[in-house]
Amino acid sequence: MIVAKQKPIEEIIEGVRDYEKILIAGCNECVTVCEAGGKKEVGILASALRMYFMNQGKNMKIDEVTLERQCDHEYLEELRKIIDRYDVVISLACGAGVQFMAEKYFRTRVLPGVDTCFMGVTEERGVWSERCQGCGKCILGETAGICPISRCAKRILNGPCGGSTKGKCEIDKELDCAWQLIIDRLNELGRLDDYEKIIPIKDWSTERAGGPRRVVREDLRL
Amino acid sequence: MRIQYPENIKIIGVPCTGKVDVLHLLRAFEKGADGVYVVGCLEGDCRFNSGNLRARKRVEQAQHILESIGVGGERVQMYNLSSGEGPRFAEIAVEMTEKIRKMGPNPIKISKEKNGCMI
Amino acid sequence: MNTNTPSKLEKILAAGHLAVTSECGPPRGSDGEFVTKKAKMIKDHVDAINVTDNQTSVTRLCSLAACIHLKLMGVEPVLQMVTRDRNRIALQSDILGAASFDIYNILCLSGDHQIFGDNPHGQNVFDLDSINLVQTVRFMRDEAKFLGGEDIQRPPKMFVGAAANPFADPFEIRVRRLAKKIAAGAEFIQTQCVYNVEKFESWMKMARDRGLHEKTYILAGVTPLKSAGMARYMKNRVPGMDVPDGIVKRMSGVPKEKQPEEGIKICVETIQRLREVEGVRGFHIMAIEWEEKVPEIVERSGLYPRPEVV
Ligand code: SF4
Ligand code: SF4
Repeated sequence: MIVAKQKPIEEIIEGVRDYEKILIAGCNECVTVCEAGGKKEVGILASALRMYFMNQGKNMKIDEVTLERQCDHEYLEELRKIIDRYDVVISLACGAGVQFMAEKYFRTRVLPGVDTCFMGVTEERGVWSERCQGCGKCILGETAGICPISRCAKRILNGPCGGSTKGKCEIDKELDCAWQLIIDRLNELGRLDDYEKIIPIKDWSTERAGGPRRVVREDLRL
Repeated sequence: MRIQYPENIKIIGVPCTGKVDVLHLLRAFEKGADGVYVVGCLEGDCRFNSGNLRARKRVEQAQHILESIGVGGERVQMYNLSSGEGPRFAEIAVEMTEKIRKMGPNPIKISKEKNGCMI
Repeated sequence: MNTNTPSKLEKILAAGHLAVTSECGPPRGSDGEFVTKKAKMIKDHVDAINVTDNQTSVTRLCSLAACIHLKLMGVEPVLQMVTRDRNRIALQSDILGAASFDIYNILCLSGDHQIFGDNPHGQNVFDLDSINLVQTVRFMRDEAKFLGGEDIQRPPKMFVGAAANPFADPFEIRVRRLAKKIAAGAEFIQTQCVYNVEKFESWMKMARDRGLHEKTYILAGVTPLKSAGMARYMKNRVPGMDVPDGIVKRMSGVPKEKQPEEGIKICVETIQRLREVEGVRGFHIMAIEWEEKVPEIVERSGLYPRPEVV
């Protein structure tokens, strides 16, 4: 899923201070799972903002809505009838949702309510960590199912670097060295000989470096 | 045993403090409460394992939010005690009342009254 | 082994001599004399001088410019190049720049993470890793082509090296990793500083068992300790460094003013022991901000005078 974390409330307050009618829009997908932008967080943010502005003696209209998804036209359309009632929308969806909302409702100011962090997993309740950077050409088959692009601090394709210490990365004693994980798993799989295959210079054109990406499936288009 | 505690306190019963959500706590302040405290079982004694520990975390989150928006984080607190501690329950009620008295009324309430805002 | 380049370092190694290299870190400023002064102190006692590339991610005068200063004073430089800061365009371009000054040696590294340096908030590049960089230089030299496939006019003639850390984790792949670097085209290897001699020897033995010592020239790294404090710091703080307790004890066992001499002694003893190890083809003496001691270490280790080659 896409993992995000809530922006500090002070930052959100600064962003909406000059408006009067605010819609807080959550999303029922990833940001709900990582407890950053689902229905519950929408409610908490709305309550906090209401109290803040009441305390300032300012009468604000603060409404709440949580869409099934903000990255799909279908669900975003649900706002069409009401969007003009608001001066600003705080979207608690990931960066993709915020943008899609802004694209669709071109004349409404849309502000991000979360910081979108990465694509990752729930390690345990309250702990999420990165697993993929969407490089557009997956090499997990060659790296024992562990991604050195997202999990090695230097995205080294032929690691580990000389800084790997006791299984941890040189930049942080709490962080697993991705290459230690790869080697351990190759070992488990009885494939340590594969370690000696050099991973060639990577074609990064399918990654961010190649510019904004698109996937087009002709068979699915009408 | 009937326990005497200050009358200004309104008790809301929940099956387990683990049921208490940040939003419940915030709403109480939005509606004008001056202080809120959650009383859970002793840590380690939760029938659902970690209900009271979760409650503590949520109280902390509510404290953080209330502090950030200028209402005052100290207005919400967590206490733990065992079911046999009636007198301690009363003690906590007095302690909390004192604390909130010192802090004064919920600033939102004052502001609402002054500005005639609708709840 | 025959030589592939005009590198003096390569010639000395190919002739069967024990090679001696040292290193010099460029200044945090634009004073070129800083480099030439250091080089003057040691140039008659070493065969080549490595110039570090923004080591520990701290911004400094660039490695290439410092190498040119050395070259112009008649000293043989080893251009260290990390992949942290430059993409494949910049790397190839700098390699050509170095080649245009007839810099004949390159050491390919990935580099420390920028978090350790003076710009922890900067981007890193890592378009290639160190093994990919070895492949790149070899490709440019041997095929006379750019990575993009076009011909290079006057291709670089560089003797290509890589680093190896016999002590880093995980130990089970230390030799496999060396094999990988050699397969990528590393013609010489400079190792992490050796304090744990036994561990280094067992690594060398495993390398010999696979015949790796005949496929590349291994130069053992050494760094004289200045004080017991430095020994402890290296032991506890520097990732991938192995300083045995015995060394720390020995350093702290002598009075403070005698510690520098003890450090030099340990360094000389290490060299004398390692020169007997089959497969060790030379030494890389990294005297961090203590370059003036390099001549003494070289002489006391019996590595002076340096051989002449044509
Ligand atoms: S290799 Fe690429 S696609 Fe595969 S997990 Fe890593 S970043 Fe994602
Ligand atoms: S220690 Fe491991 S994870 Fe960290 S940069 Fe080096 S190889 Fe990558």
